Amino acid sequence: MSRIQSFEELKLYRDELRRSNKSDGQQNHTDSPVLVKIAMATCSLAAGAEKIMQFMTEELDKRGIDAVICGTGCMGYCYAEPTIEVTLPGEEPVVFGYVDLKKADLIIENYIKQGEMVAGVIPVNYKKVEEI
Amino acid sequence: MSETAVKSEPKKKQIRIALRNCGVINPGRIEDYIEKDGYLSLGRVVTELTPEESIEIVRESGLRGRGGAGFSTGLKWEFARRSKSDQKYVVCNADEGDPGAFMDRSILEGDPHSVLEAMAICGYAIGADTGFIYIRAEYPLAIERLKTAIAQAREFGFLGKRIFGTAFDFDISLKYGAGAFVCGEETALIHSMEGHRGEPSLKPPFPAESGYLGKPTNVNNVETFANIPVIFQRGPEWFKQIGTERSKGTKVFALAGKVNNVGLVEVPMGITIREVIFEIGGGIKDGKKFKAVQTGGPSGGCLTEKHLDTPIDYENLVACGSMMGSGGMIVMDEDDCMVSIAKFFLDFTVEESCGKCAPCRIGNKRLYELLDRICAGKGELEDLDRLRNLSEVIKDTSLCGLGQSSPNPVLSTLANFYDEYISHVVDKKCHAGVCRDLLEYFIVEENCVGCTACARACPVGAINGERKEPHVINPEICIKCGACMEKCKFDAVILR
Repeated sequence: MSRIQSFEELKLYRDELRRSNKSDGQQNHTDSPVLVKIAMATCSLAAGAEKIMQFMTEELDKRGIDAVICGTGCMGYCYAEPTIEVTLPGEEPVVFGYVDLKKADLIIENYIKQGEMVAGVIPVNYKKVEEI
Repeated sequence: MSETAVKSEPKKKQIRIALRNCGVINPGRIEDYIEKDGYLSLGRVVTELTPEESIEIVRESGLRGRGGAGFSTGLKWEFARRSKSDQKYVVCNADEGDPGAFMDRSILEGDPHSVLEAMAICGYAIGADTGFIYIRAEYPLAIERLKTAIAQAREFGFLGKRIFGTAFDFDISLKYGAGAFVCGEETALIHSMEGHRGEPSLKPPFPAESGYLGKPTNVNNVETFANIPVIFQRGPEWFKQIGTERSKGTKVFALAGKVNNVGLVEVPMGITIREVIFEIGGGIKDGKKFKAVQTGGPSGGCLTEKHLDTPIDYENLVACGSMMGSGGMIVMDEDDCMVSIAKFFLDFTVEESCGKCAPCRIGNKRLYELLDRICAGKGELEDLDRLRNLSEVIKDTSLCGLGQSSPNPVLSTLANFYDEYISHVVDKKCHAGVCRDLLEYFIVEENCVGCTACARACPVGAINGERKEPHVINPEICIKCGACMEKCKFDAVILR
C-alpha cells in the first residue's frame, strides 16, 4: 500500500476494504467464511491462547472448513481465558470461554459444523459505539 | 434481580468506547483499523478543522484525564496550544504501575492505532510535530505491537511528513521506562525521558509551559487518547450524553481480587459500584461476603458496603475518601484484613517513593512501621492517633501526587474499619485470620481423637491431654511454630 494522499482517498480505501472483506463482523453475509477470533493479549497468552491458535489454524484447514482466523487483543474476559469468538455465516458472533484443546475440538465439531451450542458461552454484556 | 433473569437476558451495562476495537480487530493489521473508520478523525481534523476548532471539540465533549486526576483534556490541550515555542511535544503516558491495573496494556495490545491517531490529532491541535510514548519495558507485547503499528502508520502516511497532503508533519517514537511507579507522575515521567532520575518537580511550571527539554509538552494517558478518535467521529454532543453531570463518557476498570469475573470492564460514568461488582463482575468468589473495594490503587481508598450504591464519577469517589485513579478495582471479601491491606499498599509506596522529599521518604516508612507493629500485636491505642496525624502531615507536605495520596489507604481504612484496628490493638485479634502474630493455635474438640501426635511434636510442651481424649493447647506457653498442625492427621488443629 502506498501513502494515503488525501482525506477522500482514505474514505475510498475504507469502503474498498469493507467490500472485499465480507467476513467482518459488521457485514456478515450468508456466504462469508466462518470467522474465528482468538484473543491474543498478554493475559490470553499466559492462559495458553497460542496453543489454541495453532490448533484452530491446523484443524480448521484439515477438516476442510472455510474459515478466517484472526488474533485480536483482549476481549476483557480475563477470568475465562483463553477465549474465542466464532461467527458463523449470517449469524451473530458467539464468545466461548475457558477454551482448551478438547473444547476447541467440540467447538469445531458441534458448533462450527452443526450449529449446536457448546457450553461456556459468555453473553455479550456491552454496547458498542454504534449502539449508543 | 433474579438469578435466572440475569442468565437468560444479560443486561448490557457496559459501553465500549476506549475498548471498542479490543478483541474485535487484529491489532497487527492497519487495514482492520481503517475498516473501523480508523484515521478518519485524523483526516478530518487536519484537512477540515483548525487547531482551535479541534481543541474546542475535545473541550466541549467534557473528556477528562483518565490517568486519575481527571483534569479537562480540552483545557490541557488549550494550555499547550497557547504556549509559544518553536518546538512542542505530545507524550502518551503508558507507565501503568498500579497493582492490579492493566487497562492501558490491553488498549495498546488490542488497538494501538487508536492511540497513534489520537496523538497525531493532539499534535495538530497544540502545534507539535513530535510525539513520544513512554511505556514500561515490562510490557514487551504492547511494545512489539506499537512498533508494528507505528511502522504501518508511517507506510500509509498517517505519520511522517505532509500528512494527508497537508503541511502537517508528525512522528512518534517510543521511550522505555524501567517500571518506577512515580514515573506515572507527569513531571517525573518527563525527567525520566530526558535521561534524568525519575523524580517529580514542583508545578508550576506545568509541562504545558515547560516540559520535555524545557519545551511545551502535553501529557495524556493511554485511555484518554483512546477516546479521542471516537469523539471526533461521533461528535462532542454524542460523547456528552454518556455519563454524569461533571464526568462524561466511560471509564475502563480492571476488576481484580475476590470477584468472580476478573477482567476488564468499560462502564458509563454514573454506574454504581454494586452494578460493577455484582452484575458485571458476577459477585464475590465462593459466595463469600463483600467487604470492601479499593479504587485508585495505592493512592486511592477503600469503599465499603455503604458506598455500593454511589454512582461512580470523579467527584463522588473523592467524596467517599477514595479516587478514580487509573482504574484498578480490587475487590475484598470477609477473609481480608483491612489493616494488612493498608500495610500492603504502604509497603508498595515505601518501595516506590523516589526519596526526593522527606515526608514521603521518611513519613511513609514510619507509617508502614506503625502498621507493621499493629499487625504484630504490639500496637497501642495511641498508635491510631499517630497513624492519623502522620498521614495528614504526609498528605499536606509531600511534593508530588504519590506522596500526597499515599496515606489514603490508611485514612480510608481508619475511617471505614476503625473497629478492625481496635480489635488488632486492644483485643489483639485479627478476625479475618490474616495477621499470623494475632492468631492462636487451637484444637477442635470434635475432631481430636487423642492420638497424642501433636503433644509429642510440640517443642515447648504446650499441649496437654489424656490418651484418646481431646487435647488442649496452652496459649501462654505456645510459641506458634505450627508443628502440631503439621502432625495432625484429623484437621483438629486450627488457627483462629
